Formats: sequence, structure tokens, C-alpha cells
Amino acid sequence: MKANVSKPGGKKVESLPPASPCAGRMADGGESGCASRRAFLSLAGVSLTVLGMGGCSREAREEFHQKHFRELSPEERQSIISRLEKEYSARFGKNVTVGTDPAAPETQFGYALDLSRCVGCRRCVYACVQENNQSRDPQIHWIRVLQMEKEQGVNIHHADPYYAPKQVPEEGYFYMPVQCQQCKNPPCVKVCPVQATWQEPDGIVTVDYNWCIGCRYCMAACPYGARHFNWGTPSLAAGEMNSETHYLGNRPRPQGVVEKCTFCIQRTRRGRYPACVEICPTGSRKFGNLLDPDGEIRYILRNKRIFIFKEDLNTQPKFFYFYGV
Amino acid sequence: MNISRRGPDRRGTLLLAAAFFFAGAVFSAGGAPAGPEPPPAAQPAPPASGDLQVPAPPFSEGIYPCSQCHNKDLPVNRTRRKLEAAHDDIALQHGPPENRWCLDCHHADRRDFLHLANGEQIDFRHSYQLCGQCHGDKFRDWRAGVHGKRTGQWNGKKEYLLCVHCHNPHSPRFKPIEPLPPPQPPQRTNDWKGLIP
Repeated sequence: MKANVSKPGGKKVESLPPASPCAGRMADGGESGCASRRAFLSLAGVSLTVLGMGGCSREAREEFHQKHFRELSPEERQSIISRLEKEYSARFGKNVTVGTDPAAPETQFGYALDLSRCVGCRRCVYACVQENNQSRDPQIHWIRVLQMEKEQGVNIHHADPYYAPKQVPEEGYFYMPVQCQQCKNPPCVKVCPVQATWQEPDGIVTVDYNWCIGCRYCMAACPYGARHFNWGTPSLAAGEMNSETHYLGNRPRPQGVVEKCTFCIQRTRRGRYPACVEICPTGSRKFGNLLDPDGEIRYILRNKRIFIFKEDLNTQPKFFYFYGV
Repeated sequence: MNISRRGPDRRGTLLLAAAFFFAGAVFSAGGAPAGPEPPPAAQPAPPASGDLQVPAPPFSEGIYPCSQCHNKDLPVNRTRRKLEAAHDDIALQHGPPENRWCLDCHHADRRDFLHLANGEQIDFRHSYQLCGQCHGDKFRDWRAGVHGKRTGQWNGKKEYLLCVHCHNPHSPRFKPIEPLPPPQPPQRTNDWKGLIP
């Protein structure tokens, strides 16, 4: 190891001697008999891992040693997908596919929601649960619809997500569904200590459930409450399971990981609209490519009044609220 | 997924059906018999240019064509009145009531068609032109895919809905609907049982 070290006194040290006599030998020839502390600990660590994993199945060992998703070779990726498909198909008793469709070039997904038309019926919430295989118990919803007072405007101190009247919309209220805003400057991604969450080239912020360690820093960082933690083992009946899945999206999650809206990555990467867009009975939800100047989203940005939720935080959402009326 | 589609469709179907009956009763309630009419002009097909699909109007089964009943044996009555012989279930709540009535939109002489303000006959498949006469801003947004629901592909084939798929043409304002259940408040999971002494 060589380094130029400047000391406060101004005297330069050209090079440092090896930390121990055997360090140099290891670098040169890799002598196995060396008893440096580092070598010993490395060997001990490997030995313990091998001993500890001795009773595990081959699949479990593979999963334990899986590399980060973005560093996988196509062969490694295929092997993992096959393993997962086999596991899920056996668990749910049907043919489950796990896609890894990559982001399309020249695509930045954008979303717009018409606050003047949403009636707060929560059809989107349950369409999302059904499409994305969220846990039914403990319950996880990626979309939370806030009922707000018209007199207050958008004021989360006067927002109620638990409203349950017989009919909506109620007089004097408006409704604001909140889900992942797919920020261009996502605070959740910054805080992840293991890079288990990242922004894809098409703008979707994804989570690798095999890499997430469940620290929930991202949940603390997200100003929209858009991330959800699997506190318990997710329950998902085989009959209700959507078998068309994506590795970074709606595949079944284990306990102890964080999940979030992915703009229905398994649908949108194949050209389809997200489930919440297709279910909305008032047509309040719009989805498209921000880079398409003739698309719906750009039309809305050009012609409508836009509201960006918590704009002052500079998260730069790609989810826009607008007033269509 | 089908919840929302089914609701408006069915509603629209009933409404349109009602509209036809309404128009029928108007025409059948007396007046001079309609003379021999030329066959309706052929309408251009709805835009089916590959990327744009508009589903058929939500007719009730057996209601269309209207000329099944509204034929030459039922003379046209052009007098504005409350309908009683048929279509009496329709309560017209569209614009100022004193200024609206059936024949503002339904074609008096060619019963299977609608007409624009300038008298031009239009097919039921093109009813959006009729709506767009007054609701120009909505029509513009609808054409851009911003008003109303689009399904299909965000980067390919899309399906529009006609105005009448979601709005009852005789009472277009959306009716309140029942919301789905609220989320559960935060709770402890049963998985912790046995782990915590």
C-alpha cells in the first residue's frame, strides 16, 4: 500500500511500510500460513457461514448469496427468476410469472389526478390491492384517500383517511388520493443504507425485496407516507393472487420488507395503464409518458392548474394533482 | 376492475333506452302522420384509425332501432308536453327545464338518429358531437384523453368511452356512490405472538 500523506508539519511521507510482514507476502504470493488478523477473521467468517448454511436448501443458499439486482448477469438474473417462479407457483398452486421487463428508452412516466373530479369512492385502493398482491391481513394499502374540507383546502391537519359515509362525495368535502409520487429527487432512495431501493431509468422508484433489510429509514424519509412495511407475514389467498408479476413490483413479498406503489410496473412496462387508472369511475386518473409532447400528461401540464403536493420539499414529484373543471 | 365499468354502462343503457321511449311517445301522441322519408344518410364510421376505439353506445337490448315502434303508424307530435303514454320514467334534469325537451336532441323524422343544433342528422355512435355543442371545453379535453376514462395502452391502442357511457344524457350529473371500506387503523400484528414474552 502506497500513499502520500501530508502531515500538518509539512513533512511528506513517501510511502508507508506494510502493516505486517505477511501483508506483503500475501499480496505477492498469497501464502496461506500467514496469521494476520484480517486473514484469520475472513477465514473464520467464511467457515461460520458455511457451517451455518450447512442445513439450508440449495435455494436458500442461492438466495443468501444473491448479488444486487442491478449487478446480476443475464444468466444469474434468469436463474433467480426461475427459482422465484418455481417457488411462487408451488405456493399458490398456479402458474406464476415473474417479469424483469426493463425500462423503455425515452420514457419518463408521469401521473396526473383530477382533484375536482375525484369522489373518494376508493375503487382505486382496492383495484391496486388486487393487482399488486398486497397483504390482506395485516392490511396494506398503497393508496390512501384523504377527505379534506373545502374550506380548508389542501391541509393535511384537516384530512381524514377513515371517512365512511353511506355515499360520497359528501357536501363540503373534497378527496385527495395519496400514493407514491415517484419523485425525481426521492428522499427515500437517499437514505437507504443498502441501496435496496432506487430510481429506474423510466422514473419508477422500485424496491428489491430480496435486498431490503427492513430498517424502514425510507419510510421515515418519505414525506407522503407512501411506503409500507410488512410487519407480519403477508396473507394472500391463492384465488386472489395476480399471477402476472414483476420482480421489482407485485411479486409476493416476505415479512420484514418495505413496499410501495410502482405505477403497476408489471403493466406499464408492457404498455398498459395502471390498475388505478382503469378502475376510476370518474376518469380522474391520467397516466402517460412525460416525454411525449402530445400525450395526456403534457396536455394537462400545459392547460390545467397544477398542484404539487409538498412542493416546498423539492422532492420533484412526477405525480401531479390538477383541477380539470 | 369491473365495478366502475359495469355501473356507468348499465346506467347509460337504461337511460338511452328511456330516451328512445321518450322520443317515441312524443312522436306517437298524435299530429300529422309522417310522410315517406328518404333512408337516413350513411354516417361516417366512428374513428377506428387503429389507435382509437370507441365502444358502441350502451343501448338496452331490444330498444334499438327506435323505428321499431316509431314507424309511420305513429305520427309525430311536436307539441312540448309532459309525456304520459310512454317514457314517463324519464325526468329531464339537463339544463334549464323550461327550455329543454326531447326533440332538441332526438331527430323528429328519422327516429333512429339524433340531430345537431343546425339540424344535421347524426348517428348515436357520434353523440359526442351533440354534447360538444354546448360543452366545448369538455369536448376538447375528451378528445385529448383528459376528460373521461381511457383504457387500453398508454403508448398504443386506446379506448375512449362516449359521454353517455358515464353520464345519463337526461340527467348527466354524477350520482353519489357508496365508498369502499376505509383502511384499518394501525394495529399490532398477530405474528408477534410467541416472540414477545
